[in-house]
Amino acid sequence: MRRLLTVALLCLPFLWAQSSGYLTVGRAPQVAGKRNAAVEAKIPVSVQPGFHVNSNTPSDEYLIPLKLTWTSTGALEGGAVAYPKPSLEKYEFAAKPLSVFTGDFSLGVTFKVAANAPAGPGAATGKLRYQACNDRACFPPKTVEVTVPYQIQ
Amino acid sequence: MTRIYFSAAIAAVLVCLLVGCGNQEASVAAATLKPGKERHVAPDFALKDANGKVVHLADYRGKVVLLDFWATWCGPCRIEIPWFMDLERKDKDRGFAVLGVSMDDEGWEVVKPFLTDLGVNYRVVMGSDSTAQAYGGVDSLPTTFLIDRDGKIAAVHIGLANRRDFEDGVEQLLQADAPAANGRAALPAVSVGAK
Repeated sequence: MRRLLTVALLCLPFLWAQSSGYLTVGRAPQVAGKRNAAVEAKIPVSVQPGFHVNSNTPSDEYLIPLKLTWTSTGALEGGAVAYPKPSLEKYEFAAKPLSVFTGDFSLGVTFKVAANAPAGPGAATGKLRYQACNDRACFPPKTVEVTVPYQIQ
Repeated sequence: MTRIYFSAAIAAVLVCLLVGCGNQEASVAAATLKPGKERHVAPDFALKDANGKVVHLADYRGKVVLLDFWATWCGPCRIEIPWFMDLERKDKDRGFAVLGVSMDDEGWEVVKPFLTDLGVNYRVVMGSDSTAQAYGGVDSLPTTFLIDRDGKIAAVHIGLANRRDFEDGVEQLLQADAPAANGRAALPAVSVGAK
């Protein structure tokens, strides 16, 4: 029974993860803050080995960028996204290196707790749009749900 | 060492003489085409082209067709498109046609400027999810089907392929026998519609 419980606990992060094809968004740790305080969240993202997604600043205008937008921030305001530094990778299908994200990385987000925020828990929700390729093919753009849980103190 | 090179050169000349280096038919490499018995009829569809005209795959019966699923945001697709333009230019009078199926969600708003910029010389239609499903759930782009004169799928290339594979495949299909006397093969029961 204890072993089953251990396995279940180990699987929990994967159950929380939002996957959509070639990219998975992990569960962001809960952020906490008082009214008017700035809070920062880190959203873990993972791209399947052998694949890449265009960065937020793709090398060509025809490429679809990775973009996080908020649908509801609840008692939080702002939500400016800090994308990691992309890597420049050369692929057979492109004349010049492409600005991409691969492997595991995090998206940083900065919120401000609203002045009139009620104390207690909540969640900011958003959508992460991306378009993935490997070295020979590309896949239609997809959108993954993103959730940042918070606790207003 | 010199003798080895000399022997190799002699052997190459002999091979050329035996198979006929100047013979176009013999120079076509064996592209990976399915044997006739293993080919299935390509699903028919009714999709609109850039002028709003409904195009049916069945309209191409009797021709060899290169059916290319692509999108403007797909880098590998952009590599292959100029190859297909060359094939269209070279073989359109021999009973060959390229038909592009765009899978862009944004539709003609993004596709028309792209076609104009590149000077695409073959017909492109706007694809739909049902078309992609009918062709086995096309998800990887590019995905390209070579369809014989009887409307049957002779080869599928998923992802960026070699230019030579397309050229050889098309050449082999063009050199194959002309279509049946009535010029028509059985159409599938299901036809997928225009977006």
